[in-house]
Amino acid sequence: MSVALVDGNNFYVSCERIFDPTLEQRPVVVLSNNDGCAVSRSNEAKALGVRMGAPWFQMRDLARKHGIVALSSNYALYADISRRMMAVLAQFSPNQEIYSIDECFLGMDGFGRHDLAEYGQQIRRRVGQWTGIPVCVGYGATKTLAKLANHVAKKGLAGTDGVCDFGRMSAGDRSSLFSQIAVGEIWGVGPQLTQQLTARGIGTVEALRRADPKVLRREFSVTMERIIAELNGDSCVDLEDATSAKQQILSSRSFGQYVSDLASLEEAVASYVAIAAAKLRQQGSIAGRVQVFIRTSPFRQDLPQYAQAVTIPLPTPSDDTLLLTRAARWGLRRIYRAGYEYQKAGVMLMNLLPAEIRQQDMFYVARNSDALMTVMDRINGIWGRGTLRSAAEGITRAWGMKRKRMSPRWTTRWAEVPRVRCLP
Amino acid sequence: MSFRHRNLPRYPLLSAPVPAGFPSPATDFTEESLSLDEHLIEHEEATFFVRVTGHSMTGFGIHDGDLLVVDRAHPPADRQVVIAVIDGAFTVKQVCRIPDGVLLRSHGSGKGDILVSDEQELAVWGVVRWAIHRV
Repeated sequence: MSVALVDGNNFYVSCERIFDPTLEQRPVVVLSNNDGCAVSRSNEAKALGVRMGAPWFQMRDLARKHGIVALSSNYALYADISRRMMAVLAQFSPNQEIYSIDECFLGMDGFGRHDLAEYGQQIRRRVGQWTGIPVCVGYGATKTLAKLANHVAKKGLAGTDGVCDFGRMSAGDRSSLFSQIAVGEIWGVGPQLTQQLTARGIGTVEALRRADPKVLRREFSVTMERIIAELNGDSCVDLEDATSAKQQILSSRSFGQYVSDLASLEEAVASYVAIAAAKLRQQGSIAGRVQVFIRTSPFRQDLPQYAQAVTIPLPTPSDDTLLLTRAARWGLRRIYRAGYEYQKAGVMLMNLLPAEIRQQDMFYVARNSDALMTVMDRINGIWGRGTLRSAAEGITRAWGMKRKRMSPRWTTRWAEVPRVRCLP
Repeated sequence: MSFRHRNLPRYPLLSAPVPAGFPSPATDFTEESLSLDEHLIEHEEATFFVRVTGHSMTGFGIHDGDLLVVDRAHPPADRQVVIAVIDGAFTVKQVCRIPDGVLLRSHGSGKGDILVSDEQELAVWGVVRWAIHRV
């Protein structure tokens, strides 16, 4: 197997820069929901020492001193630019697995006659020109190696220029490169595993690659054995078809401010159901179960803590927002406890099936809601999400996200398209 | 085997309407309705819309308030109207190659033209393909 991992550099910041050239060369951060933490940083912001996940209120002094620009997350923009970027990347391979909003794997089997390094530069040029997003490309014999090669390309290690192909390195060069990379940079090795591996004397990629997979399997898990095999070029994780429908759909958010009353929680949960159900219909599925969860903030140990989830099976699988909302509210009332400051709620649609194989239930006559849902999706597609919604979602939405520094939705709202002046 | 078909309308199993009249003789000849997207957009992934303010491009048929269809994938050629970035701001100009460098023209009069020397960096953001003007 040969596979490429293409990843947008500082993706959210890069999206913001497409439509605001004044952000070029400046330190920029994009903040998480409710303007909480830095979730994307320009290279200039990284150089100033802004760490991933750093809370904004702790950065204020640094920001003032160096003129750091902080922006709220503009998800409508990022999703649209991501869609464009993925469509351009799909031109470069018949097999694409979209892995996250800003990265995808491309199958490279049969591309042996291409100069992959040059092909990678071509990818970078086209994505850059067409969408404005700078990307890096990593090639490897496995997904884990491609991820690692992308990391090398992004950091500019080993003299790479945005593209890194492990296949073209000699075994010796690769070993010495792997000896310089911390084990925590490997796909699937999180902070906790990094700590455990380092304690065992396995601190670098090379050390893990040479470790005994059978021994580590006993000590850790079968996943660790797989990681070692992948580092040695034995592919254990295939490319997943990008078009395969999701098995679960999650919609959850942190609240703008803590919420303690049931009515506000019900509104929030209803609106998450609406988002998830729209996605469900888009992929042509129906859900058999709805899970609802609520929790207080784990970072406020000074407040009473509570977290609970409940799963509600539906009488018959459905994609009807109103039916799913009713189930979710029923569940919410069962897990809700008064006297807590809730910080987050969410909804997960589970046991998904293709809508075409929907069965009629002899004893339960479902309302024919297809027409209503189609109208709802169309209206919300034209005038924006939430234009037509169930009354359960509420009118005022005091629990909504704080996004004080959000840029316009340049590509998804007619009223917000960029204005371009013709100078005299 | 896949049972999923995207974008197909879904009908309830038991209540699909059964047409009873004379079948339309035109059904074998139906074609897709004309699409403006298809007409105006060459590279969907690379096409963006912007709104014009100002009157200086009237000579090129671009008026105040027009909607421009901008294609970033289209290679910029001489004498093409483009969205350029000058001093961190977007502007609509015609690019002209001249012996001294590149001239960004507003319109025929020469007023407001900008000469970009070889040392200066000119960023062409995208090529303007259409101006949509309300009559």
